[in-house]
Amino acid sequence: MNWKEILIRYGELSTKGRNRNAFTGRLRDNIRYAFADLPKLEIITERDRMFIRPNEAETMDQLIQRLPHIFGIQSFSPVASCSLDLEDIKDTAIKVVQSLNREGKTFKVTVKRSYKPFPLETNELQLLVGSHVLRAFPEIQVQMKKPDIELRVEIRKDAAYMTAEVIPGAGGLPIGSNGKSLLMLSGGIDSPVAGYQMLKRGVRLDAIHFYSPPYTSERSKEKVMDLAEKLSRFGASVKLHIIPFTEIQEEIQKQIPENVSMTTTRRMMMRIADMVREETGAMAIITGESLGQVASQTLESLTAINAVTTTPVLRPLIAFDKLDIIKIAQDIDTYEVSIRPYEDCCTIFTPASPKTKPKLDKVEFYESFKSFDEMIEKSVANREICVFPIKKKDKFTDLL
Amino acid sequence: MMNYMDHSATTKPRKEVLDTFIKVNEDFFGNPSSIHEMGVEASQLLNRARSQIASLLGTDDRKVIFTSGGTESNHFSITGIAKSMRHRGRHILTSKIEHPSVIETMKQLETEGFEIEYLDVNEEGLVTLETLQMALRKDTILISLMHINNEIGSIQPISVLAKFVKKTSRAIFHVDAIQSFGKYPVTFQTLGVDILSISGHKLNGLKGTGIVAWQSELTFQPVLVGGAQEFGLRSGTVPVPQAVSLAKAMRIIHEESSQAYSKYEKWSNDLREFLGKYPSIKIISPMQGAVHILSFSIRDVKGEVIINALQAKGIIVSTSSACSSKQTKTSHVIEALNISDAYKKGVIRISFGYGMTDEHIQHFKENFIGIMKQLKGE
Repeated sequence: MNWKEILIRYGELSTKGRNRNAFTGRLRDNIRYAFADLPKLEIITERDRMFIRPNEAETMDQLIQRLPHIFGIQSFSPVASCSLDLEDIKDTAIKVVQSLNREGKTFKVTVKRSYKPFPLETNELQLLVGSHVLRAFPEIQVQMKKPDIELRVEIRKDAAYMTAEVIPGAGGLPIGSNGKSLLMLSGGIDSPVAGYQMLKRGVRLDAIHFYSPPYTSERSKEKVMDLAEKLSRFGASVKLHIIPFTEIQEEIQKQIPENVSMTTTRRMMMRIADMVREETGAMAIITGESLGQVASQTLESLTAINAVTTTPVLRPLIAFDKLDIIKIAQDIDTYEVSIRPYEDCCTIFTPASPKTKPKLDKVEFYESFKSFDEMIEKSVANREICVFPIKKKDKFTDLL
Repeated sequence: MMNYMDHSATTKPRKEVLDTFIKVNEDFFGNPSSIHEMGVEASQLLNRARSQIASLLGTDDRKVIFTSGGTESNHFSITGIAKSMRHRGRHILTSKIEHPSVIETMKQLETEGFEIEYLDVNEEGLVTLETLQMALRKDTILISLMHINNEIGSIQPISVLAKFVKKTSRAIFHVDAIQSFGKYPVTFQTLGVDILSISGHKLNGLKGTGIVAWQSELTFQPVLVGGAQEFGLRSGTVPVPQAVSLAKAMRIIHEESSQAYSKYEKWSNDLREFLGKYPSIKIISPMQGAVHILSFSIRDVKGEVIINALQAKGIIVSTSSACSSKQTKTSHVIEALNISDAYKKGVIRISFGYGMTDEHIQHFKENFIGIMKQLKGE
């Protein structure tokens, strides 16, 4: 099959006003970045669509496989081309339709004849191509309104162009078009999904994780690193900040009554996250909280936890059911990592019955006996930072 | 001069592969299932090896497991699928020229109530599309064919057969790619099959290493059970040094494959012409066969005699295969090819590999001329 180029439709981008060029330019750069391993692509950006012209058939396959994961693309279609000879056009039409699932599908041909000297008229050509395809594939039926397969033929001066398949894209906005935020990444199922949702809205991610050795193991840290790596596959690198949290957690155990210790722990995490956010230039904090899921995610708890900062805290999953979150986690391939059975810092000191409706003034009162400021600064300063995807060369490279 | 020309029997491990093996044993000997840091490190390294192999074959990381070699890989694939799919049918297809690890596994399954059909091959050693079409049934659950035959080098038209199978049935297609990986393109995309077996020691890796890889979602019934390593499919502590050395051997042979191919092609043509000049020699490898395997036979001369005569000159070749050459009966592959009796006993296999040069071919030719004079007066 002689696939010539790929046509990309922007979707939501086309509603943008004067900012549109910034968005399409970002999308073009992201596509270039995602395919940096392939020979350089020719990308033509038009007002409401984009064309990619690969040089080799192999590159074409790669594009079709990987484009559905790039945000900012509503859908795309491989475009075939052939000479303006009628027989050639018919043959190519057959090949294009052949590459689709045809069982029980309806079909129509549309012709656009931009090149007027072409000897056949639009209707004639539609009839000829349509009847030729129908003879070859008796299993499809003609339907003019909303057919399953619409074979579009465009007669241009240099060649005839044909598309039939419309492959859905990931939707959303190009990553990087909406600034950077800091994701609180626990290692559970929800937080990577929250990160994904924000990536989809064009946000670049840094992630923060709280690590409490020896209560949490090397394995739990590895799990979070794997999650950060998974998130970095959506077209932008992810920087992970790992905060040593043992000292603070032990102090909370000592100082704070058991049933509100969980709330204080979250408040400390939020304070640390806010410091890291400020240092890295991120604009907001993202969490995977979903209303009412656990004691720390009731409105009362959220209020008490949120009181430590005025930074916007984005909670993309706040109205999601757990099952819907799991489904997305499976789709984005983080679920299997998230369910690895290692303790994280949220599960180790869990009180038997944490308060579901903590009072902010009470919590502040308990915390007033001890200043956590110094410990917080220390743990932020001592954090470990990794960037994903990991640069190719590491201690294993020579072994493989 | 030492002239090893028996690379289809086994190969010499590359220095880089041995270095890796030793280094991993020294620095990363932790058990990859342990939860301490050494275990985590070993398991990260193991996963990197797995992922490297997965990407060479065009599948994802969770669909590769490490085994002890080709025999285990074939056995695991065939019994694993047969037993997990028995609710769907009991009919299995293979060919008459498979490796003993396949044939004997099939015989074992026969005693457990599976119906095995051993497909005929044509005079070129090929299973034709027609043969497969005739044999494929609704209750066929598995097809197992080797990509390149180890004794004669015939290359099965796997992608054509697989296309037909995928179009017309739900049978799982297993391919023994032990002789082909690194010489010919072996990926799930080029072959269109479901499962691949690969062995390390045929590609300058270590003996006792191999993998099974698969593409779509498949369920295997494990043979080895225990601590549920390798996704529960093959229990037993995973030998990380072996696994990493295999990933390296596969990467290197893959990178060098196109260069190697043109050398082997040149030598194969050269030797075909050279041997073809003797009236008493019949070339058994098909013209369209693999470039790295060349089998021929000398009328009324036992293979063993030639092997010994060549060995005296430092040239190592084998009778049709290392696995069946110790037995006195004619190999099942040669039997399946319908070769006249006068030629059956004298089958010699030359197989090329890493480390061979033009000089080795020249050396072989010079000595072979003398041996033929002595034995046949030609």
